[in-house]
Amino acid sequence: MSWEVVIGLEIHVQLNTTSKLFSGSKLSTGAEPNTQASLVDLGMPGTLPVVNREAVRKAALFGLAINADICRHSVFERKNYFYPDLPKGYQTTQLDKPVVGAGEVEIQLESGEKKIVRIHHAHLEEDAGKSLHEDFHGMTGIDLNRAGTPLIEVVTEPDMRNAEEAVAFARKLHAIVTSIGICDGDMSQGNMRFDVNVSIRRPGDALGTRTETKNLNSFRFMERAIKLEVERQIDVLEDGGEIVQETRLYNGDTHTARSMRSKEDANDYRYFPCPDLLPVEITDADLDALKASMPELPDTRKARFLADYQLSEYDADLLSGDLATAAFFEVAAKAGGDAKLAANWVMGELAAKLNAEEKTINDSPVSADQLGQLIARLKDGTISSKIAKQVFEACWAGEGDPDAVIEAKGLKQMSDSGELEKIVDDIIANNAPQVEDYRSSDDAKKKKKIGFFVGQAMKATQGKANPQQLNALLKEKLG
Amino acid sequence: MHTKTLTELKAGLAAGEFSSRELTEHFLGRIQQFDADINSFVTVTEQQALAQADAADAALAAGKGGLLTGLPIAHKDIFCTEGVRTSCGSKMLDTFIAPYTATVVEKMAAEGAVMLGKTNMDEFAMGSSNETSYYGPVKNPWDRERVPGGSSGGAAACLGARLAPAATGTDTGGSIRQPAALNGITGLKPTYGRVSRWGMIAFASSLDQAGPMGLSAADCALMLQAMAGHDHRDSTSLNEKVDDYLGALNDDIRGLTIGVPEEFFPDTLDGAIADNSREAIRELEKLGAKVVSVSLPSIKLSVPAYYVIAPAEASSNLSRFDGVRFGHRCDDPQDLEDLYKRSRSEGFGDEVKRRILVGTYALSAGYYDAYYRRAQQVRRLIRDDFARAFEKVDVLMGPTAPETAFKLGDKKDDPVSMYMADVFTIGVNLAGLPALSMPTGFIKGLPTGTQVIGNYFREGQILNVAHKYQQATDWHKQAPVLGGAK
Repeated sequence: MSWEVVIGLEIHVQLNTTSKLFSGSKLSTGAEPNTQASLVDLGMPGTLPVVNREAVRKAALFGLAINADICRHSVFERKNYFYPDLPKGYQTTQLDKPVVGAGEVEIQLESGEKKIVRIHHAHLEEDAGKSLHEDFHGMTGIDLNRAGTPLIEVVTEPDMRNAEEAVAFARKLHAIVTSIGICDGDMSQGNMRFDVNVSIRRPGDALGTRTETKNLNSFRFMERAIKLEVERQIDVLEDGGEIVQETRLYNGDTHTARSMRSKEDANDYRYFPCPDLLPVEITDADLDALKASMPELPDTRKARFLADYQLSEYDADLLSGDLATAAFFEVAAKAGGDAKLAANWVMGELAAKLNAEEKTINDSPVSADQLGQLIARLKDGTISSKIAKQVFEACWAGEGDPDAVIEAKGLKQMSDSGELEKIVDDIIANNAPQVEDYRSSDDAKKKKKIGFFVGQAMKATQGKANPQQLNALLKEKLG
Repeated sequence: MHTKTLTELKAGLAAGEFSSRELTEHFLGRIQQFDADINSFVTVTEQQALAQADAADAALAAGKGGLLTGLPIAHKDIFCTEGVRTSCGSKMLDTFIAPYTATVVEKMAAEGAVMLGKTNMDEFAMGSSNETSYYGPVKNPWDRERVPGGSSGGAAACLGARLAPAATGTDTGGSIRQPAALNGITGLKPTYGRVSRWGMIAFASSLDQAGPMGLSAADCALMLQAMAGHDHRDSTSLNEKVDDYLGALNDDIRGLTIGVPEEFFPDTLDGAIADNSREAIRELEKLGAKVVSVSLPSIKLSVPAYYVIAPAEASSNLSRFDGVRFGHRCDDPQDLEDLYKRSRSEGFGDEVKRRILVGTYALSAGYYDAYYRRAQQVRRLIRDDFARAFEKVDVLMGPTAPETAFKLGDKKDDPVSMYMADVFTIGVNLAGLPALSMPTGFIKGLPTGTQVIGNYFREGQILNVAHKYQQATDWHKQAPVLGGAK
């Protein structure tokens, strides 16, 4: 009998506000330890929090993007526990009245099938600092730059049934939060962190005991961690054992996981409403303003890509998912005057190159405008697709715009028919046996054998001959 | 000079009868002479005070004075003062030099006040006798065998002893009003949110409120004028206009309705205390006020509700004292748990530990509903009781404390009996209302006080009532005899 896998996710999304959730400190980006930590962030006696309205606005915008109820009087609570990088001895978070209530997100699977993942709620909370265990012999360093960074924690219902669905959901969430501009979406910087709750059961049975694997910071690690945990749970249950409710840690480098703490060791967090903060009010006017300012959502963008650019469903899905990619594509498509070519280049050559060099599209050495220019030259026949790759490489290496590269390297296609005709004549004159052989062949064979002459011509022109023109010319001359 | 009120000293400075330096030196001299015995100061900031006094004299000479220019003031050691130790009466913060200044201190300094030093207090403001201070108990200047009350005991005692002409205090359950009553001075707890809590070390955030303590209602009005106001750094500070407290002092009180809650005069109350407050109310009646009886049926639940809510908040507020970033840190911690356990065990005193334990318990899973949630419900009932009463009356009056100053050590081992010292003051904090205590006489040579409670943001009105009373009486002018020199 088969097992059914049940997955729920909790995702920490770091908001890209100017300052922290409860203090005026700037969000830290690689600053020296403790240089972006104010009196409030340090938890100094007598200091008090003040809610950053920009963070509330961004959280509510997310709520609207997933069709959720927005709580008009959401409440911050204190989650009490001791940890060295938690300066106040409590985390200010939300429990009973989170800013974002129940909502839903539609995901599309590779099979083309669509599925709704329900969102239980999303709440605002502050991040903790970092404990630094290296470089301090026998001691731990504390860096509070990150303390107080605003997060929304998105909690799903246990609606996913395998790792693929979980990853599809995670990618969709990434697309939404980057599209509405509330998160930079840089996974390598921990902008999104996933906790996965996994349980298995026989189909039709009640939910099994779940485990939580914490702090996965890439889609790939999340997928692998889920698969590993599912395998482990199946092994345990099929060996007659029981699943223990516990928190687990996954190590992506070794592809192993271990138990961090069991339910019995869980803290009693003693939540209670934070008396230093008033309920956060969101008015009708606030909501109207947010709705009016809502940027294009991934689903809307995909529909537009399908309609405006006649892309395939698959291309539209891939290109609309990530805001930066979508924007890059649109600029390139418009500048190049050919959406299909632009789509192919963005998902093909560009994606491969970015991947190989572990760069994001924002760091692409070839700009969207440059790619557009390259596509325009392809489209108007100035260069062939083979030459285009050469031009792209040169642009990537920083040798200038495509036009400049084509000019400097003399890569323009030979479209002067007189010049090309002379080359073709020479080839025919110098390769009599091949010409004889060609002429005595039937049409099917001719199609194959013309390749020899094309190759010779390309060699003679260093690839610059216009392929269509060359073909026509050869057919005419060879008969 | 020390027999004068702050208002009189302000006039003296303006008239050039004495300089701020002379005034400051005079009080610094009295502190040096008498405070070894009374122990009302934890830190005396002599150099800083003299520098501020000189600056004040220069400002006065240039005709550029503020509300408090040149007037010496003592701050409770719960307010952060940049560059000066801010101990909160605890070993935990014995070496803590605050890196910033509280709004209250900042605002008073901006009006030209001269800081004499930081006053002794119950540890983290937890206590009603000033016996929980790491720096030893404060003695009541009227009888040095007795407590000054608490937690603003140092502030009240230094005023009673005329070692300072004005002081700041904080009041979470009666910590301004009860010691004011026990030392024969006037103290006001403003409406919750009227005075900023920024820089005031938190005990119970939803109840803590800073306020003025002085020799008269007029002095408190002068100080409150400088202290009150919205502060964007405190989300619970209210953006309400600050009234003209000084201007309202002489308002006519004829026709004013005084409500007397029967619950403030229970059968069990000491007859002398009850008689004293009734007499004070009669005095106001003579001045034209009407007196009616009212009932606050839920007020009897205020002590148990308070002793859930305040410790619950405190247990969380005091978590930051963990030995990691500031405050006491144990020697040679073996590991993280050892660091936490020993730093906190060594740094906190018994009463603080007791309240952290009570508060932690009250918030624990399985107990939250029975304690914390229930206490919050009681709090709403108490607030509703007061709201109903204020539909009919302008102010409420009754005794501030159920007894006069008790002997040092008398209640030290009986926390519940100690907690009952605040039975009449705690309800006001739970409701967030303003209230003051004014001296209304003596019982067996010890001062006693009567509380005047106002509706939200009616500080001006209760100061007006107290001022009228003080114009007709002279209890507030009585001072104890200190070691022969008066």
